[in-house]
Amino acid sequence: MSSNSISWSNDIVEPRPVVDLLHEWVTTVDHKRLGLLYIAFALTFLVVGGIEATVMRLQLIRPHNNLVSPQVFNRLFTMHGTTMIFFVVMPILFGFGNYLIPLMIGSRDMAFPRLNAFSFWVMAFGGLLLYFSLVGANGLYGAGNAPDVGWFAYAPLTSQTFSPGHSTDFWTLAILVSGFGSIGTAINILATILCMRCPGMSLGRMPLFAWLYLVTAGLVVLAISPLTAAQIMLLVDRYLGGHFFDTQAGGSAVIWMHFFWVFGHPEVYVLVLPAFAFASEIIPVFSRKPIFGYSVMVAATVAIGFISMSVWAHHMFTVGMGAGANTFFVLSTMAIAVPTGIKIFNWLGTMWGGSIEFRTPMLFCIAFLFQFLIAGLTGIMQACAPFDWQLGSSYFVVAHFHYVIVGAILFCTFAALYYWFPKMTGRMYNERLGRLHFWLFLIGFHLTFDFMHIPGLLGMPRRIYTYEPGRGWDIWNLIVTVGVFFQAAAILVLLVNLLWSFWRGTRAGNDPWDAWTLEWSVSSPPPPYNFSSIPAILSRRPLWDLKHPGDPDWRYEGTP
Amino acid sequence: MSATSMMLRQPVPEELPLRGRVGMFTLIGAESAVFTIFVVAYIFYIGKSLSGPTPQDVLNAPIFFSVCLLSSSLTIHLAGKALRHRNVATFSRWWFATIALGAIFLYGTAREWQRLIYHEGLTISTNLFGTTYFSLVGLHAFHVIVGLLCLTFVFVFSVLGYVEPKHEYQVELLSLYWHFVDSVWIVVFTVVYIVGR
Repeated sequence: MSSNSISWSNDIVEPRPVVDLLHEWVTTVDHKRLGLLYIAFALTFLVVGGIEATVMRLQLIRPHNNLVSPQVFNRLFTMHGTTMIFFVVMPILFGFGNYLIPLMIGSRDMAFPRLNAFSFWVMAFGGLLLYFSLVGANGLYGAGNAPDVGWFAYAPLTSQTFSPGHSTDFWTLAILVSGFGSIGTAINILATILCMRCPGMSLGRMPLFAWLYLVTAGLVVLAISPLTAAQIMLLVDRYLGGHFFDTQAGGSAVIWMHFFWVFGHPEVYVLVLPAFAFASEIIPVFSRKPIFGYSVMVAATVAIGFISMSVWAHHMFTVGMGAGANTFFVLSTMAIAVPTGIKIFNWLGTMWGGSIEFRTPMLFCIAFLFQFLIAGLTGIMQACAPFDWQLGSSYFVVAHFHYVIVGAILFCTFAALYYWFPKMTGRMYNERLGRLHFWLFLIGFHLTFDFMHIPGLLGMPRRIYTYEPGRGWDIWNLIVTVGVFFQAAAILVLLVNLLWSFWRGTRAGNDPWDAWTLEWSVSSPPPPYNFSSIPAILSRRPLWDLKHPGDPDWRYEGTP
Repeated sequence: MSATSMMLRQPVPEELPLRGRVGMFTLIGAESAVFTIFVVAYIFYIGKSLSGPTPQDVLNAPIFFSVCLLSSSLTIHLAGKALRHRNVATFSRWWFATIALGAIFLYGTAREWQRLIYHEGLTISTNLFGTTYFSLVGLHAFHVIVGLLCLTFVFVFSVLGYVEPKHEYQVELLSLYWHFVDSVWIVVFTVVYIVGR
């Protein structure tokens, strides 16, 4: 240890007053602390959004159930969707990005640390604003009222006529301000990756993690901004009497759909590319092989980034856009499956012939590969416009996108949580509990979302608060709801594991996985300035070079 | 523990872009996306208003004020050039000219809005044209105001003698933003006063 390094955990010296610690966390501009704040914020909202999902499933467990009223059911699915997308998945991905990108590219912080703090707090404020609607929205009859217009808030439901009171205003403002936070973070990630790399870290030597976040951040800049614009228009309509989405005055409800999905579909890739980033780091390490086809992976990522900007209207086949537009969006949607398929083959190629270690992160990644494949296949099915006309707005769609968001993104996020937990806390998680979490969640996931396809095929529409018996939907809904209990139990195991390991876990050391990227070269948790002296690297796997000086990667790699 | 010791061979250092420039360009990218949506909405709603007044009735192209705004791009460029040549006094003069031209443009917008609202009876809630016109032009005017505030800060600093040649980089970032605001006006002008009329 160099003498100038500042001790990270000075609780050994003397315990600090809680107020001081709290003050430090609130005023911090350190990328690692902000990363942890993002993750903690997201996990909190994961529990909230999960509870909303559970209540909805309990309502649907049998026909003619009376657990919640139709009005409450509308609020539940609106809040569940909005929470999960904007205040769970986005922040947790930004959290990992924040924490890991500077460490991986050999930098001491993000490019704009204060912008980073601003972005986090604005996003946190957005989340609180959304939930403040429960007490402050002043809905019908003066009661507190959560937004109930659905997470994509189609016009004209959002107009003053159909949505009096302030619940929709809370929804739009929460998304507007958290969008500012997302754009700020994206700008920060782009500037960090392009400008803060350590000597030798050429673009071709960056970990794939950084590449995927680079494309993600670019997509955020280009996708969240249209959403921001659309929210401003909605505010103009609601507050200033504008007519953007007012069909009575010649406005168009369909243009809201276009504006929303111009954001909404790239958003799917904003969410899934970081999940790919986690898998691209974890699968090689636990297969004991470098990633297969690095440059092809990069090319596929960039291709996904571009194509994802031109597929949005496959969410709108049922609107009746005409044959020309339908054909275009069918083809572009089918095209995006190609680079995505390349990625799956490359992960399999990485595992092929490797000596695979089935630790918890790897288990989650393997499950991700299978589930993402199925999610992609049902996606291609619905990319066929005629097929989508049958199944649009049915439970088949719900099953499909939950397969992507839970089966792929959440599984990878769990993998990342376990994989980097030792780095972030300095402690090892409990492997036994980790496996228990994995199996419980796997069973719960498949019970819920495999069987959700079937009532969809049988014609069960989404967003209904109850249904009649005798349509053949009953048993499937029961199974789907049973799966939720497994998932809830698994999340409980995860939280117990995280908390218990944080205080009682065994010390992890710098590099518990014998990994190859720079974040494992520093202590766990990393010191405030990350690197006492900025590293210099020669290949994509700097720690491999360090550990095997006789056989370093740079001899073979030929990267610029 | 330091990671430098791990290499005997040293990599060739790479010239990395400046983070402020990358940050400003990505911000401009995000802003362009916002403007794109408003421009698309404007074009989509051309001629779809159910009631008057229409653009043909009430809009006159603000040629003089547009020339003012566009020439402010030239003056801010000259200001930056003066600073690069370590000539702070000239910098301040061109910088002030930029602010003045921007302010004249804003005055033009204000005059136009006043005429539309009080004489032509066109407000944001009158019809689709009003909604799209005031939000698109208003969004641009908002960016002009933000730009003018930033420029004024720098001008106050330069009057107080705090701007030195070493601030060339910061000044350049601000002028990137200003150039963006100006070039957006070309698009807005084309859409609102030429295509839409």
